[in-house]
Amino acid sequence: MEKDITILGIESSCDETAAAVVVNGRTVLSNEISSQIDIHTLYGGVVPEIASRKHVERINQVIREALRKADRKLSDLDAIAVTYGPGLVGALLVGVSAAKAISFATGIPLIGVHHIEGHISANYIAAPDLEPPFLCLVVSGGHTHLVIVRDYGEYEILGRTMDDAAGEAFDKVARAVGLGYPGGPKIDKAAREGNPDAIHFPRGKVADSAYDFSFSGLKSAVLNYLNTEAMAGRSVCVPDVAASFQKSVVEVLVGHAMAAAEKYHCRKFALAGGVASNSALRAAAKEACEKRGILFYCPPPILCTDNAAMIGCAGYYDYLHGNRSGLDLNAVPNLALGEA
Amino acid sequence: MKILAIEASGLTAGCAVAEDGRLIGDYNIQYQKTHSQTLVPMLDGLKRMTDLDLSTLDAIAITAGPGSFTGLRIGAATAKGIGLALEKPILPVPTVDSLAFNLFGTQDLVCPVMDARRRQVYTGIYEEREKPVCLRPQCAVSVEELAEDLNGRGREVIFLGDGVPVYRKMLDELVKVPHRYAPGHLALQRAASTAVLAELMYEEKGDACLVSSDDFRPEYLRKSQAERQKEEAELHGKMASLAAGRLVRDLEAEKRT
Repeated sequence: MEKDITILGIESSCDETAAAVVVNGRTVLSNEISSQIDIHTLYGGVVPEIASRKHVERINQVIREALRKADRKLSDLDAIAVTYGPGLVGALLVGVSAAKAISFATGIPLIGVHHIEGHISANYIAAPDLEPPFLCLVVSGGHTHLVIVRDYGEYEILGRTMDDAAGEAFDKVARAVGLGYPGGPKIDKAAREGNPDAIHFPRGKVADSAYDFSFSGLKSAVLNYLNTEAMAGRSVCVPDVAASFQKSVVEVLVGHAMAAAEKYHCRKFALAGGVASNSALRAAAKEACEKRGILFYCPPPILCTDNAAMIGCAGYYDYLHGNRSGLDLNAVPNLALGEA
Repeated sequence: MKILAIEASGLTAGCAVAEDGRLIGDYNIQYQKTHSQTLVPMLDGLKRMTDLDLSTLDAIAITAGPGSFTGLRIGAATAKGIGLALEKPILPVPTVDSLAFNLFGTQDLVCPVMDARRRQVYTGIYEEREKPVCLRPQCAVSVEELAEDLNGRGREVIFLGDGVPVYRKMLDELVKVPHRYAPGHLALQRAASTAVLAELMYEEKGDACLVSSDDFRPEYLRKSQAERQKEEAELHGKMASLAAGRLVRDLEAEKRT
């Protein structure tokens, strides 16, 4: 039997300070997340300077707790995997600096991991039988990517957003209707009480590009609708707006994904990223896959949100490929997928 | 006592090892690369060149702030990571104290000035004769206020720090006491000063100057812009507009009416 590979994952790209211990990429021994969401809610969104300060305050405790819960010491680790982009540069730097320092002080190999690759890899944890190739839709507050995962660490990007990320659209619309931050879960909840066909909002299209996304037009349409209603002195039914907006987003996301699945003959489809927690998206994607005989995968919400288990998992496959990072590893806020 | 010092609070990335007042290694880089790219490779180089056994260290000293927010965090997260890995405490050294210690031995007053933006400097006033004595602890003030303080003391002053090139003209105009400026090799933060000063601090205060690597956080000496906005929102009962991202607009509209 081959030796187990134990990896410490560290993630600090946005507003969660996270650390996890993962064995052989698929078994999560611990998955610690220290969320700052209550602080950023006061400001209606993530404040980068505050996020960075909080990461510094929490980073050691979170790593220590991840090791303790996994019942592992640093000396048990085969590698340290850390998110080095994309994300908020000041936030990324905290995890990257701490990971490099631990690697320097202990000699444990360092592996820089792409954040989106982490999100995709969350599916490997949730579904131990899942192997590439498969089609993956990554949707979060900062990212919207439709990707064919050819092999571990090998990606073909079919489409991406031309403007707002899907999660960003949720945040902006939630703010406009007074639901506040974070928009994703709040719209999701409000939409359950609303009629998704009450208002017809446009489905974002990108000319000459079947798989790219655009959500800024939809966002403007919602703002225009709210404005028109306010000018006319009519009160707005927030659940109806939420449900109708959400239906438009979900239709575009699932529509693009299924078109790609058919064109590229994908037999497996996975969701990933924070917005993959959205109940309407999960339900619609599952139904669309079942109708086409495509196997559907989606991690549980705890692995959809930013977390370090997914980084430990992605880091494991990097480790197997022999990828190692130097002590000069830097944070790369606009790191493109497949650039590593 | 053996100390590893880390410096990333300003333009210079640096690290140094000091043992019982002797400087074993001192490595400074001020080049285009970011601290994130240079600092840990420098630590690695210093460790190799001095055959440093990290387990023999007593503490990790760090220039703890004020300074560049990002630089302070790169230094802090690095120090904390090393502290966590080795189970060693952090010994935070105030940035302005460390700067002043560059000029130890002079009979004149020493006044570091760091560019704090928003028309302010991070500064302090020190005597560096037989031992470092802080006359005015590090703070963020306007150049005018600093000049007034120094004029009132009536003693000759040496200025240093990255604020000098920015505010030299103003200082020459406003400071009426005789003054001069430190040369380039002493003008900016140095890990060696932090290392040796850390030893002096430990001799004087003992374990009271140590912080666990878990609890250590930089001393920014200034709140973030968002936190200042939040305080204003609380003062004016405007937390809802803060959360809606409308605060600045609302307060400005109010000022106009």
